[in-house]
Amino acid sequence: MDSFTPLTATLGGLLIGLASAVLWLGNGRIAGISGIFGQLLPPAQTVVWRVVFLVALVGATALSAWVFPQIGVGGSEPALLATPPAAWGVPTPIWLIVAGLLTGFGTKIGNGCTSGHGVCGLARLSMRSLVAVLVFFAVAILTVTITGIV
Amino acid sequence: MTALRLPYLATAAVSGALFGAGLYVSQMVDPLKVLRFLDFSAIPTGGWDPSLAFVIVPAILVMFTAIRFGRRRPAPLFDTEFHEPEYNKIDRRLVGGAILFGIGWGMSGICPGPAISLIAFQPDGLWLFLAAMLAGSLAGGLILPSGHRRRLADATR
Repeated sequence: MDSFTPLTATLGGLLIGLASAVLWLGNGRIAGISGIFGQLLPPAQTVVWRVVFLVALVGATALSAWVFPQIGVGGSEPALLATPPAAWGVPTPIWLIVAGLLTGFGTKIGNGCTSGHGVCGLARLSMRSLVAVLVFFAVAILTVTITGIV
Repeated sequence: MTALRLPYLATAAVSGALFGAGLYVSQMVDPLKVLRFLDFSAIPTGGWDPSLAFVIVPAILVMFTAIRFGRRRPAPLFDTEFHEPEYNKIDRRLVGGAILFGIGWGMSGICPGPAISLIAFQPDGLWLFLAAMLAGSLAGGLILPSGHRRRLADATR
């Protein structure tokens, strides 16, 4: 349990909730990252705020890691992506491409990810989001169990 | 042209910045930490990391409060209406999408928010993942029957 970090997790969660609240009460928009990312191409007029949002997101990630490096990965520790389980014999790039395709495709047709369905949808008491969240958490947990990736 | 006015864009910037800071502070930018949450098989051995639950619950509570507050107002500060997703049918597309996303998430420990925020740290393989995620999203948009696209467009964010 040495990797369990309830304090920073809660603080980070409050910041993410605040981010969603600001976008909702300010602009009436759902802070769902897959949707914001997936609609970066036309229609042109609504692309601008999405680009601004994502640039600020990356910038603030970098800045907070620079100000508080002791928090961990991205600061004092390097960020690493997962590698496929050795027993599967799959090259890492192929593994990442498949995972990326599934994530992009799945969140597009399912209309949301951990932020859109998970944070905003559940906060709106949306049944659609509740179903989506239960399904993608269950499938992800099952996937980790089957692959033994951890 | 509400969408191009300064207060509107500043709100998007503040929200994005809070989001990015939240992902770093909570360490949800670390795919390996996310995978340690998803690894329920480690619960009996005490190796499970429940941190993700401590991230998402307060996030939902804050947003829940904001939604409740917003319901008493006719419109958000900088737009004429709340863009609430109206499509409420639980269909195969929703469940199928969630299944596919669940597999991708379980393979990588990366959901779309952290995928973007990781650009700040440029780990090996990230651009490959991002390009694939964009391609997958575009492909998903193309196979959506056109009749649904308009209704769903508002929910896709």
